[in-house]
Amino acid sequence: MTTANPQALMMPADWRDFFALTKPGVMRLVIFTALCGMLAAPGTIHPVLAFTAILCIAVGAGGAAALNQWWEADIDAVMKRTAKRPIPGGRMDRTSARDFGFALSGISVMTMGLAISWLAAVILAFSIFYYAYLYTVWLKPRTPQNIVIGGGAGAFPPLIGWIAVTGHITWMPVLLFLIIFMWTPPHFWALALFVQIDYSKAGIPMMPVVAGERSTRWQILAYAAVLLPLSMTPWFIGGTGRLYGLAAFLLSGMFLWLSFKVGLRTASPGDGMKPEKRLFAYSIFYLFILFAMLVVDRYATIFGLQA
Amino acid sequence: MTDLPRTRPLTADETDALRARQRGRNRVMALILGFLVILFFAISIVKITEKPPHMSDSPDAAEAHS
Repeated sequence: MTTANPQALMMPADWRDFFALTKPGVMRLVIFTALCGMLAAPGTIHPVLAFTAILCIAVGAGGAAALNQWWEADIDAVMKRTAKRPIPGGRMDRTSARDFGFALSGISVMTMGLAISWLAAVILAFSIFYYAYLYTVWLKPRTPQNIVIGGGAGAFPPLIGWIAVTGHITWMPVLLFLIIFMWTPPHFWALALFVQIDYSKAGIPMMPVVAGERSTRWQILAYAAVLLPLSMTPWFIGGTGRLYGLAAFLLSGMFLWLSFKVGLRTASPGDGMKPEKRLFAYSIFYLFILFAMLVVDRYATIFGLQA
Repeated sequence: MTDLPRTRPLTADETDALRARQRGRNRVMALILGFLVILFFAISIVKITEKPPHMSDSPDAAEAHS
């Protein structure tokens, strides 16, 4: 056990620390994208079942986050950004985090299966396995492309939300999955560029540490360039109307523009990394608005405001 | 976690802190369980009242099963 304060362990962990273990900040985006996937899907679902599905997706994500912190407590302890988390902070022992994570995962998958559908439950279970095992245990410490793969974990919520409504997989939910998948690397590498000292200390092969800044900046630009046509594809295949298509074009165009500024520059010490911070902040705004537009577009079509 | 080997008994203050922590956890647990009871009751009611596809009002579904 690596926890610093044995005296604190005589106390059972505070419930607030269990709550912190579910990464409530990340959960906001999870809930939002799952809700958008649900509202944008064709068909209707009873509000109680809709609430249950969102709850299951959120609790599943929380369970995966707890398992992630159980596994990575040693790594978290040496990084400034994560050293205050419940386990490295000495406020909780690892076993509690592990049991809590497995319990949340199991409960959310079972409830999803019983209340919504077993297809949605299986995909939820896979998304937890994907994040907590494939990403955290296997790939993150091994490859600098770890974020590309980790993005897959964050890309599941709208897919599951959509499938909870329709009951089957079509191209549209897969496209929503792919959009988040392609969005994650530039989003995260922008952050990694201005906090890179942390990762090298923890021995995680984060892209800027391994491949150097130059290469990371190019890759941010490459992903942003792919994201532009990809985010418009739901419109191209007729899954959404013109409203979403136009919004996707403008939002992704702006994303590409900010990525150009990050991609083509060389940082000099003491310049505050402003373009990188701006890209990171915009990337969060981008995803929120893009998914909101998906919903707005569907309701505009339903109410006859667009062809 | 509470039964780690101890070298000395807890002081009164420590016991109070421990009890307060346990009370807090129990209270949150009670809220969650109460919420789950209500949620599962609501889900059951919705599932029981929901019409299965062959009884639904939409014409194509009725046709497919007639």
